[in-house]
Amino acid sequence: MSSMNSLDLARWQFAITTVYHFIFVPITIGMGFLVAGLQTAWYRTNKVKYLRATKFFGKLFLINFAIGVVTGIVQEFQFGMNWSSYSRFVGDIFGAPLAMEGLLAFFLESTFLGLWIFGWDRLPKKVHLATIWLASFGTILSAYFILAANAWMQHPVGYTINLEKGRAELTSIVEVLTQKTALATFFHTIPSAAFTGGAFIAGISAWLLIKKMDIEMSRTTLKLGLITMMVSFLMVFVSGDITSKIMTEQQPMKMAAAEALYETTESAPFSLLTIGTLDGSRSVFQIDIPSVLSFLATGDFKGTVEGVNDIQAEYEKTYGPGDYSPNIPLAYWSFRLMIGFGGLGFLFALLALFQMRRGRTPHGKWFLPAMIFLPFTPLLANSFGWIFTEAGRQPWAVFGLIRTSDGVSAVVSAGSVLFTMIVFTLLYGVLAFIEVGLTLKVIKNGPQTELDYENPKLGGSDTKPLVMAY
Amino acid sequence: MSLETTWFLLIAVLWIGYFILEGFDFGVGILLPFVSRNEADRRAVLTTLGPVWDGNEVWLLVAGGATFAAFPEWYATLFSGFYLPLFLILVSLIIRGVAFEYRSKYGKAQWRQRWDVAIVISSAIPALLWGVAFANIVRGVPLEKSAEGHIEYVGGFFNLLNPYALLGGVVTLTVFLTHGAIFLSLKTAGGIRERAHDLALKLGLIAAVAAVAFLLWTNLSLPAFNSMVAILSAGVALAWVAGLAATLKGREGWAFIFSASAILLFVSDLFYALYPRIMPSSLGAQFDLTIRNASSTAYTLKVMTVVALVMTPLVLIYQGWTYWVFRKRVSSSQIAQPERGILDSATHVLHQ
Repeated sequence: MSSMNSLDLARWQFAITTVYHFIFVPITIGMGFLVAGLQTAWYRTNKVKYLRATKFFGKLFLINFAIGVVTGIVQEFQFGMNWSSYSRFVGDIFGAPLAMEGLLAFFLESTFLGLWIFGWDRLPKKVHLATIWLASFGTILSAYFILAANAWMQHPVGYTINLEKGRAELTSIVEVLTQKTALATFFHTIPSAAFTGGAFIAGISAWLLIKKMDIEMSRTTLKLGLITMMVSFLMVFVSGDITSKIMTEQQPMKMAAAEALYETTESAPFSLLTIGTLDGSRSVFQIDIPSVLSFLATGDFKGTVEGVNDIQAEYEKTYGPGDYSPNIPLAYWSFRLMIGFGGLGFLFALLALFQMRRGRTPHGKWFLPAMIFLPFTPLLANSFGWIFTEAGRQPWAVFGLIRTSDGVSAVVSAGSVLFTMIVFTLLYGVLAFIEVGLTLKVIKNGPQTELDYENPKLGGSDTKPLVMAY
Repeated sequence: MSLETTWFLLIAVLWIGYFILEGFDFGVGILLPFVSRNEADRRAVLTTLGPVWDGNEVWLLVAGGATFAAFPEWYATLFSGFYLPLFLILVSLIIRGVAFEYRSKYGKAQWRQRWDVAIVISSAIPALLWGVAFANIVRGVPLEKSAEGHIEYVGGFFNLLNPYALLGGVVTLTVFLTHGAIFLSLKTAGGIRERAHDLALKLGLIAAVAAVAFLLWTNLSLPAFNSMVAILSAGVALAWVAGLAATLKGREGWAFIFSASAILLFVSDLFYALYPRIMPSSLGAQFDLTIRNASSTAYTLKVMTVVALVMTPLVLIYQGWTYWVFRKRVSSSQIAQPERGILDSATHVLHQ
């Protein structure tokens, strides 16, 4: 630790706070959407099992949402706190989607979620249903703006460099918001969030089913979760393929690092597993699938994939001397773990769905442990995906424009960053502990069975007991 | 009006919205143990905030995001310079939000008492520190041009704890406490309402003394007499007195409108005293951050102006509607089984 400077510490702080925040984000985006769907099913069919499901998963959704919201506040301010040089350089462009996210999305999701939570006895049934959809729409809109901002860091467009002011300046907001990198990332991230929400609902429902709690509801929600996972996995798969081709074109170094491919290769193989050194000197044991990397990267099995060494030489010519390769073992393994955990979750879901065919109940010793592990598969895949995306872009903060090392705050001491990092880490640890405890308690209690519902008038009553009180 | 001035105004509007709305949230949070006599009271008090606190806090996030977009130099200098106070505010807001959501999950007295302590402290810290921060901005802090040509904060943490800034902190703390008490007297019934009413008067007098002292100091420390700053200061005092008079007469709605107006005028006053600077330097006017040397390009400001002019009224409409939906007073008699936690009941599990 003593050898760490404020740059390393600021990077660790960003990694810790962002990975932590993004555990909760996809859970809430995915579950918000599915809870809205369940409430719609109740509204349409009047079947009480859907109301029980709405309330039960709604509780779990809100416990996660709380942490997602409060850790999101840090995200809004840490660019200014730890990365002020970055903020000065990119603010003209990067600030716009952030401000739009607040104005269009944060207001929407927070206001309508407040209405949803406390509105059960204050809003007519139909209006109350609309509030959860608006909140869910807010969460998705928020993802769009922040992903557009991130996509600009991966592939800057619609800008010009003002040398006198030493900053990047916006020339086209439309390009920033609609470039294909942003759209592909959005269509990769949102289905991943649905996959995550589906895995949560499926995993929890499977546990309830095994414990024979509310079988009527848990069968339905297990199926809902699993089918959501199937559909969203397909979308994640397709958009992931598109994303990797865009990445090869825009950030070839990242793709080369993902494969630890040092020399430019035609019909490059996809390495499933390498044991040994990753520095390209020797590998003790490896499994390769011939030509697959070329296909992933270029869409052609015979395509040429550039290697790290050639790209390094090319970048030295363009950007001057320096090391332009990211941490290769990190990129290599995070890429594989993203795909691996996502695929594993999909396989579990597929098996469970197969066993549920024609009204059967899944059986086998594998079922319960697999279903308990199920919600963790997308969480791990999401985290490794972002670790890959962000670590793979290094040494750049904005590709080709500003290095991460040039973005850190000049006036903040290493001691200050270390102090805040320790406090955030401890605080986040305690919150995780409490959050997991509450989540497990909700699951153990199971869905409530006594649910009175009376369609209220707008505004409700000021004498009746409140359905929801803090 | 220039685009820079428009954005200066819009950011002032966002801070006004934030301080009016989260101002009473902070006040209610700190007052929680002082207006309650039992668990039902405490839950009724928190329920007045339940549907709205998160939406209120978004005003801060948008103020931050808008500052980033419109005045990146301000965003960068301010938040890297006021590092530790901002950090304390963020930690408080994290704990506070979670405390609201998790407190009533379990009925155990110890669980709830701990969250109550967390709510009081994490409401008081930002209520105090926002005043300290804004007073420092108005007073001017050591800013200097760095080797890279950026205007950077060069004072330390303790530089921020000067008497003027601390007085500013006392003003926001006591004003938010009063504003929160008025909000509670408007939104609750029975004993809470009475206690909140009494507290609003007492706290309102303390806030009046602090605010008058602070505004006098502000007016006198300006390089030259500024009639608009003086008029706005007088407006703050007038609105505050009207708010206290309305409280005394039991006109809670009017009291709230006046205390909100006083906050509006107070923030306007500080922003007016700054204009066209946004962060004056105590080391010389050549190091001042102004709306011109800190702003984004005209193109970015234009884009953001369109977004803000379309969205802000819409947000005001639907947030206003939320307050309309939850317009009924909350009384502790409406809290059924106050001691029971939402997750305590493992009963009625359907086994088939």
